[in-house]
Amino acid sequence: MTVQPMVRAEQVHKSYGPVEVLKGIDLQVEQGQVFCLVGPSGSGKSTFLRCINHLEKINAGRLYVDGELVGYQERGGKLHELPDRVVAQKRRDIGMVFQRFNLFPHKTALENITEAPTQVKKLPKAQAREQAMELLNRVGLADKAGNYPSQLSGGQQQRVAIARALAMEPKLMLFDEPTSALDPELVGDVLDVMRGLAEDGMTMIVVTHEMGFAREVGDALVFMDEGVVVESGHPREVLTNPQHERTRAFLSKVL
Amino acid sequence: MTIPQDTAPPDRGRPEEIRAVAVRHPGRWVAVAVIAVLAAMLVHLLVSSKVLQWDVVGQIFTYQTVIAGLGRTLLLTVLGMVIGIVGGVLLAVMRLSHNPVLSGVSWLFIWVFRGTPLLVQLFFWFFLGALVPTIGLGIPFGPTFVSWSYNSLVGLFTAATLALGLNEAAYMAEIVRAGILSVDEGQTEAASSLGLTYGQSLWRIVLPQAMRVIIPPTGNEAISMLKNTSLVSAIALEDLTRAGQDIANRTLYEIPALVAISLWYLLLTSVMSVGQYYVERYYARGANRVLPETPWQKVRRNVLRLGRVGGAA
Repeated sequence: MTVQPMVRAEQVHKSYGPVEVLKGIDLQVEQGQVFCLVGPSGSGKSTFLRCINHLEKINAGRLYVDGELVGYQERGGKLHELPDRVVAQKRRDIGMVFQRFNLFPHKTALENITEAPTQVKKLPKAQAREQAMELLNRVGLADKAGNYPSQLSGGQQQRVAIARALAMEPKLMLFDEPTSALDPELVGDVLDVMRGLAEDGMTMIVVTHEMGFAREVGDALVFMDEGVVVESGHPREVLTNPQHERTRAFLSKVL
Repeated sequence: MTIPQDTAPPDRGRPEEIRAVAVRHPGRWVAVAVIAVLAAMLVHLLVSSKVLQWDVVGQIFTYQTVIAGLGRTLLLTVLGMVIGIVGGVLLAVMRLSHNPVLSGVSWLFIWVFRGTPLLVQLFFWFFLGALVPTIGLGIPFGPTFVSWSYNSLVGLFTAATLALGLNEAAYMAEIVRAGILSVDEGQTEAASSLGLTYGQSLWRIVLPQAMRVIIPPTGNEAISMLKNTSLVSAIALEDLTRAGQDIANRTLYEIPALVAISLWYLLLTSVMSVGQYYVERYYARGANRVLPETPWQKVRRNVLRLGRVGGAA
């Protein structure tokens, strides 16, 4: 029995009006892999990440998560758009962590985490709270359960955001520059949590500028520029011995 | 090259507190004097006037028909605001919908009800019976199963409620829409990435945050509504204003009657302002690190501070 890749992209194109952001992305993310996407800003890596849970619609190509098309259904050789309800259902299995955290400011850390389990999965409140406390414990913030996001530091907010995504027990986690908005001394705590997730075998796609993290934790790395995949391979190889001129130029600036 | 042996400044102790002469504000004192004279003149007028008899004002203030009118005014305000808020949220959501039919209908509604005077709308609902004599349930252009006459179904009070409520809905729609648009898009994205549906994310994530922007103008609207209900006296509904007018016409105590009902309006708007303050405070959760003080907490803090200063002196 062959194992299905978690994400498969075939010639994925995405444009905003006349501007083409993704110009045919081909890649494959295996189950349990930590997959790093790096590249200069505007290279389309965040856009690609957002296509995976259908926050953005792709214009051409095919994108599969766990063997199923994202946002569409193929019937009789034609693509049918999925109704919003079904799209929402599929998003439950894909956790996402944002650069700007996007915690719900009117809810406490605990309520942020229990929101989706109680509303989407209809989990009983007590059970959701118990699970949320376990998750807060896991990200080292059990004592902050009753705090509102504005009472937490950036690093703490991002760890709550990770716990919030994990509460839906996703099979895939998307990280969109999770440490870019953080003060340097707070980055480590967030990366530690992500490292722990990777050790537990979570499939993760990480858009990042943290080359140290990519080298140490990543299983695969793709360098993107101007909407195309320039180079891919094992992080250690790509980062230490880049084959392409553009990769070299980028790495010389960030390393 | 010489290295300074001791770079730390010599210890000279803490410098003495600055005790400067405060800037004088002679303009303020002139203003206070002018205002004091004007206030004294006003008080003199209020107390000594033959027209304004305070005992009569007091009697009218608690007169039976005035109290009954007050009840109707309050009921109209509450019903009008309830229809306005529910309708406004509905219209705002429709307006922001991707469905062109829904957003078009909402735009049309707002265009009509915001574009015509409230008094005209009030007359419209009052006289609509002439255009639509009966209202029935049945198949459009086909047989009717049950029917009622418009005037038996839509009485004076219902006509007034509809006019006030639907007009308010058009204004509330724009307030709610502005509130929804003020919430960061990342909130909707985070909610949908967790699997929440559009409705869930609107109701549980976006609207509660939009409330901070929606509440202050809604408080204004509620206060306007209370005063706008006085327009219903034009269709002969016995509200607070009409009750005052009737007494004025009957007894010729015009000024005392006007003062009495004005006092009622002032009292009610004051109570509403306090209510608004507490609702705003509730929705400020999470937005401020520390909740703003309640008026009572403010008073207590000031009194305590005064006590401390007094004790030190």
